[in-house]
Amino acid sequence: MAFKRVVVTGLGALTPIGNTVEEFWQGLSTGKSGAATITRFDASKFRTQFACEVKNFDVTQYIPRQDARKMDLFTQFAMVVADEAVKDSGLDLESINKNKVGVIWGSGIGGLKTFEEEVINFSNGDGTPKFNPFFIPKMIADSASGQISIKYGFRGPNYITVSACASTNNAIIDAFNYIRLGRINVCVSGGSEAAVTQAGIGGFNGLRAMSERNDDPATGSRPYDKDRDGFVLGDGGAALILEEYEHAVARGAKIYCEIIGGGFSSDAYHITAPHPEGEGAYLSMVDALEDAGIKPEEVDYINTHGTSTPLGDPQEIKAIEKLFGDHTYKMSISSTKSMTGHLLGAAGAVESVAAVLAIKHQVVPPTINLFNIDESIDPRIDLTPNVAKARKIDVVLSNCFGFGGHNATLIFKKI
Amino acid sequence: MSAIATKVTQIIVEKLGVDVSEVTPEASFTNDLGADSLDTVELIMEFEKEFNVSIPDDQAENIQTVGQAITYLEENSK
Repeated sequence: MAFKRVVVTGLGALTPIGNTVEEFWQGLSTGKSGAATITRFDASKFRTQFACEVKNFDVTQYIPRQDARKMDLFTQFAMVVADEAVKDSGLDLESINKNKVGVIWGSGIGGLKTFEEEVINFSNGDGTPKFNPFFIPKMIADSASGQISIKYGFRGPNYITVSACASTNNAIIDAFNYIRLGRINVCVSGGSEAAVTQAGIGGFNGLRAMSERNDDPATGSRPYDKDRDGFVLGDGGAALILEEYEHAVARGAKIYCEIIGGGFSSDAYHITAPHPEGEGAYLSMVDALEDAGIKPEEVDYINTHGTSTPLGDPQEIKAIEKLFGDHTYKMSISSTKSMTGHLLGAAGAVESVAAVLAIKHQVVPPTINLFNIDESIDPRIDLTPNVAKARKIDVVLSNCFGFGGHNATLIFKKI
Repeated sequence: MSAIATKVTQIIVEKLGVDVSEVTPEASFTNDLGADSLDTVELIMEFEKEFNVSIPDDQAENIQTVGQAITYLEENSK
């Protein structure tokens, strides 16, 4: 059986550097940093006191207050970006077969704030359990995909994938597979995360994984810079409408690009540290290229995982050099996390939208805050330092790696 | 309207997102005010918290309208 082709026909974004797809691209292409002092709680006692938060978000502009009240912030983000993407796709919700529309979402954690608040309330009490009836349905990570399906009546496959920071890439690969197998026609995919909470910041600080550059938040996320000191936590989300090619053509849809491959692997090495030689990253990219049936030389741009951690950044570059050889020095590479921060399970969502927009605009978004490139990185590699770069982009590869050793890679192609 | 009735109305408006004019004594949480079973559980919990009472489940089952809630709380709150 021949696989069907899968295209992207709608986008939505709510990010630390822009609250719509248009604003997001504006931020990406001008090298904007989304980092600032944390506003979601008083972080003055925390090692890290800044993050990349979504700004000026008033949920009641999008969702009636009594409905929003029953959603954790990560689900509110999901609803907003799914809505932008569905509208952007121009899907006729009256005429499409909703039994053949899935919702496959990614979130690394789910309703962390909800969990935290309820447990704090309980522990502040006298031991009498007074848990809110919406505690569990707000907290569980699959509530995001569930709420999206309820809003639109999409009755196809519905779940979320959890693989830490690779979550959304896994979600998109699943959506891609169901569509190319002919099981569904359309899938709302993407991811959202809202972990800028006391437990989130405190927990990642406990791992010593985050930047502590509190005196200069905007330059905290600096992948590949020699003075990088950890990632900057981000929140928000992004959505993509994936659609079977003929289905999209038949309804005269606007087509952004095609998804041609998805790859995955596991480091099988350590629960938080990446494999030092980038073995898992390498295998994931090889798998994606094989799935896409293209040669390494065909890749024009890699949107790296590049979180700005001392350990993570070099291993991914090693893996790229091992796989791409001399082509490593001809293609463009950048980490948009330098601008958005690290959205954990939603990283693959915002980075997939960035990849699609890079193809649309034929512009590589930059790696900002690249003051002094890590000396272990070959200077011939074009990390797109600080300024966006116009160039021919036919194929983009996007990597996401997560704690647990999960690796997932997507390949997008101009159509 | 008693202080309790005012507060009960306020909680219902806040939790169910309904207009204050809809919160009449006869109004049923589920039939008239759009509450589902979880909303009703949450309302009872809010009443318990606000009025510092513990409402046993068998009594909570009998609180289905705004008026029933007000009456119960007027009789039982400390």
